[in-house]
Amino acid sequence: MVRLITHNLLACHAKGCTTNNFPLAFRDVQLENREAEYNPEFLKGFMPKIEWNALVSTARELGDVSLPAECPEPGTETDEFLHALHHVLMEIHVEEGSMVCPNCQHVYRISNGIPNMLLAEHEIK
Amino acid sequence: MSRPEFQAPPEIYYGDTEAKKYTHNTRNQAIQAEMTDRALELLNLPEGQPALLLDIGCGSGLSGEILDEEGYTWVGLDIAPSMLEVALEREVEGDLFLHDIGQGLGFRPGSFDGAISISVLQWLCNADTTSPTSSPPARLTRFFTSLHAALTRSARAVFQFYPQSDDQVTLITSIAMRCGFEGGLVVDYPNSQKAKKFFLCLFAGGGESSGGARRKVEIPKGLDGDGGEQEREPAAFEKRRTNGRGEKGKKRKGAKENHKDWILRKKELYRKRGKEDVPRDSKFTGRKRKSVF
Repeated sequence: MVRLITHNLLACHAKGCTTNNFPLAFRDVQLENREAEYNPEFLKGFMPKIEWNALVSTARELGDVSLPAECPEPGTETDEFLHALHHVLMEIHVEEGSMVCPNCQHVYRISNGIPNMLLAEHEIK
Repeated sequence: MSRPEFQAPPEIYYGDTEAKKYTHNTRNQAIQAEMTDRALELLNLPEGQPALLLDIGCGSGLSGEILDEEGYTWVGLDIAPSMLEVALEREVEGDLFLHDIGQGLGFRPGSFDGAISISVLQWLCNADTTSPTSSPPARLTRFFTSLHAALTRSARAVFQFYPQSDDQVTLITSIAMRCGFEGGLVVDYPNSQKAKKFFLCLFAGGGESSGGARRKVEIPKGLDGDGGEQEREPAAFEKRRTNGRGEKGKKRKGAKENHKDWILRKKELYRKRGKEDVPRDSKFTGRKRKSVF
């Protein structure tokens, strides 16, 4: 159930890992597409929060190339673009695999669609 | 009965059986739904705008279901794997994370438009080990600091919780204030022993400042139960134990429930509890067979 919308918000939170800890890289993933309700208002409201480069690179890693490399200016989004964004953000679910922090290499396992974000005692801030 | 937080840490207390029991209990469902509605009301989100919310301690998604109904997108965190499994079975819409909130949240700054949490904070106040990193104040500080960062500037966070004592309330609120939040405690039905509910209302950004002058945030008022305009019906309290002999008999006779009503009521109850193979209702439900049969 990890969707790219949450992946785009997620950063590594282990001790001492404060720079270059975003985005977490996917590894050995199994994907599933599940249809979700299309809500353009929500997408427009959410657009300013997106780290665009991270989203596009992650989406391409997962094999979806429908997004443009540059984020369109606010107010100029086409319908087609919003549909593509909706698909990438809300409908691609990562079911199995792991997420790896680019900085400290901490591995967050995803099983059954639920990522395990628990840290060991020595990794707590 | 002793409080569940005294018995075991949450991920162990809410094991497979307890998670199922908790979720299928219709009384729990009603109370959770009611508290979620109230928390959403206190959250005071701008109407008509879709928002991204954080459900802290989402459990089996009882509160998440309400968020789904209201049309919010949400992300849920919980430490009990069994509860999350039940949530998966119930096919809630939000993303679920196995996460110990006492370890701090790993979200980018300004991610969420609000946060709710139902019956969770009291779990953070028990230490499972003696190491300094897992002392309640350390865990609360990590949690509130990272939550403050993860919320947008005008966002609110509403926590319903069951404090053990006044000291605990002071501890939690003072730590939240030190981590940059404003706000305070809202007590619903303060005069009722059973219906009393504590909501910790926190404001991340101190409200909208108008014309440079910083307005002091106003903490919403708690419900007191004697206002005439209040139509909300709290979840009914069960009287199974307190019912005396005489009264009980009278009440039973007074409320006439015939054979068919009884069957329908039981079937409805089984459906609510998630029992499978409950026969469907039809016009033949509860009828007698013909004598020739």
